[in-house]
Amino acid sequence: MSNAAEAERVAELARQVVDDHDPKSVPIPEFLGACYDAGLSWVHFPEGLGGLGVSRGNQAVADRILTSAGGPVPLGLNPMGYGTAAPTLREHAQSEDLVKSWLRPLATTEDIWCQLFSEPGAGSDLAGLATSAVRDGDDWVINGQKVWTSLAHRARWGLLLARTNPDVPKHKGLTYFVIDMHSPGVETRPLRQLTGQAEFNEVYFTDARIPDAHRLGEVGNGWGVAMTTLMNERSALGGSGSRRGAGTISEAVSLWAARPERQTPVLRDRLVQLWLRSEAQRLTSERSRAAATVGGPGPEGSIGKLVGAELNQQIYQFCMDLLGPEGILYHGYAKPGSDREDADWRGPIQQRYLRSQANTIEGGTSDVMRNILGERVLGLPGDLRADAGMPWKEIPRG
Amino acid sequence: MVEELAEFAFTDEQGQLRSAVRRFCAENFDEQTVRRLQESDPPFDPKVWARLGTELGVLGLSVSEADGGVGGNLVDQAIAVEEFGATLACGPSFGTVFLAIPALVAAPAGAVRDGLLAELVEGRRTAAFAVTDRAGAFDASAVQVTASGGGQEWTLSGTVDQVVDAAAADELLVAATGPDGVSLFVVDATAAGVRRTPLSTIDLTRPVARVSLSDAPGRLLAGPDEADRVIGHALTVGSALLAVEQVGGAQHMLDLAVQYAKERLQFGRPIGSFQAVKHRLADMLVDVEHARSVAYHAVWALSDGSDDPALAASIAAATCSAAFSRVAADAIQTLGGIGFTWEHQAHLYFKRATVDAALLGSAEQHRSRIADLVLDTASDEKPPRVADGT
Repeated sequence: MSNAAEAERVAELARQVVDDHDPKSVPIPEFLGACYDAGLSWVHFPEGLGGLGVSRGNQAVADRILTSAGGPVPLGLNPMGYGTAAPTLREHAQSEDLVKSWLRPLATTEDIWCQLFSEPGAGSDLAGLATSAVRDGDDWVINGQKVWTSLAHRARWGLLLARTNPDVPKHKGLTYFVIDMHSPGVETRPLRQLTGQAEFNEVYFTDARIPDAHRLGEVGNGWGVAMTTLMNERSALGGSGSRRGAGTISEAVSLWAARPERQTPVLRDRLVQLWLRSEAQRLTSERSRAAATVGGPGPEGSIGKLVGAELNQQIYQFCMDLLGPEGILYHGYAKPGSDREDADWRGPIQQRYLRSQANTIEGGTSDVMRNILGERVLGLPGDLRADAGMPWKEIPRG
Repeated sequence: MVEELAEFAFTDEQGQLRSAVRRFCAENFDEQTVRRLQESDPPFDPKVWARLGTELGVLGLSVSEADGGVGGNLVDQAIAVEEFGATLACGPSFGTVFLAIPALVAAPAGAVRDGLLAELVEGRRTAAFAVTDRAGAFDASAVQVTASGGGQEWTLSGTVDQVVDAAAADELLVAATGPDGVSLFVVDATAAGVRRTPLSTIDLTRPVARVSLSDAPGRLLAGPDEADRVIGHALTVGSALLAVEQVGGAQHMLDLAVQYAKERLQFGRPIGSFQAVKHRLADMLVDVEHARSVAYHAVWALSDGSDDPALAASIAAATCSAAFSRVAADAIQTLGGIGFTWEHQAHLYFKRATVDAALLGSAEQHRSRIADLVLDTASDEKPPRVADGT
């Protein structure tokens, strides 16, 4: 089918879903379930698994129609589910029945998913992680600790990367599992961050059990599975294009307009530089989407995380500098655990400023992002690694 | 909604065009040729320029077939210009392709316009744009040339201080103030009363001359009621194409630096394996990708009217001038000592970046214009919440 014909079919199905299940009146799970049944959750997935088997560039066609009719942005409701779990399950789950049983409740957001990757001892060097999985009959027994797990407290399922063999080099001893977050031996504790809130969790495993059927990919190939997942990052492509001036920069521009007495020529040029960079990145995302519809994603798609994170910080820093003494006032730090559901973006500008400090760390630090751009996009040689080829258990840790 | 994605989606034909121009530039504008030509008089090979016009047909890609062009759009022209920028292709692209041809395209049809447009598109003649701009925009009060006469019989007097590509040009497009306001004229560059004084500049590949007119004969191209629009169009298209040229140059410098970082060994390893070097190159990549996005957006906006052309052109100019300058400087930093030698090609691009950044408005001037457009008109209706300490 030609690109145009595919796009028209996707658009027609999306209009049908919106007509039959008005997102303004039906509950979210019903609406998203209808999207799933129509094949609009991941259009490039096979039919029957939330997709239509068409090229993934058409996702933007569907999303535009669904969201402009008032539909939710599913990636915002079940980010690990939509972004990471779905492509991984589809590719690596042991049976189609399992995929089916996981995907639909994931799509409707009835089952929230979380990603159990980072550990206190394994951040940027994720492959060095220590949580162990030991085979016991038809099960695996899990012990260890994960950290910075968003939504663990609401999640039904978790994507777990664990060490199944400590005697081989670090990348080779990992295996990928799906763990039931409600199973015994899984304990989730809120992790208070510098904003005073607890968006994230620590997750402790004490002899928690996972059936072998819930292993994704081969034993020892967890790293490979995790990498295909990261490559599949839907957020890099999906969603609809944003308007000029939308997003974080809009906050700074409105604040600028609302504080005429604080305006100076120096701040004005700083703000317009931030506006320009936001616009350049917005257009780069548009270009990336266009490239994805005609071919594969190009290098322009890889820079969004790096630029977006730094821009967020710079824009909120600008807001604080514009506010001057007013900026040091605060609404107080919440008691731990008292407002877990209060997303930071709803808070005052000072809170967003504090929250933005994590942007260059979470989801791949800016330092690592620059390594990725340098090595995977520009083809530069990797840095020397002190742990190359060493069995994991001999690598110094601390 | 599918049409919206047409922006940034290059067609197969455009891919072929890019390959053809790239091949031609590789054959005709290799480094040694550029070095030889930049010190020649004129600083380009008129035969090669004519081949660009006739054999490749890439000097007037957005000119309609009725006007002697191929009836493509500005995106096609931009693709060719990006390749020119990547090789520092020698020739009057700034005066002729960026400014004179767009001015003629926008000018009212007539004998003066039609004949010259066809000749410029074919590369048989070249032109320079002797209009002093105010940061890439037309400003009638900046015009220092006066015109007297009437009908088709005009004489022009005055000086235009810095005109790119003027010394070797066959024709000059000159803005001059007459009894009814500013008009745009075509002046035969070799006519009596025209004096062109070549000026030494930083970038030898982009020559500049002072143009002094003393009762020089001029043919009317656009009268007072048209000149503003015609000159404005030329400057906007020129800014967008200049931005695209900067993208070509910046990408070349990034490629050069990356290649070097892979091959150059220090401390027993390629310098590109050091994060200090790698991260700088990553930042250069971001600059180049941003520059490409805004430059082509401006070109698309001018092709299909999907955005305010002046704003899109200013966004492109501000971003691409800064990007090319920074990438060129950072490439030299990556190259180290060899990048500071006359022998290495890096300085040719660094100098082009320097000169391009000063033409048609600086990044700062364009930022200031963008601020006028987007900050001074911003609404204070829904400012974000600010905590007040209570």
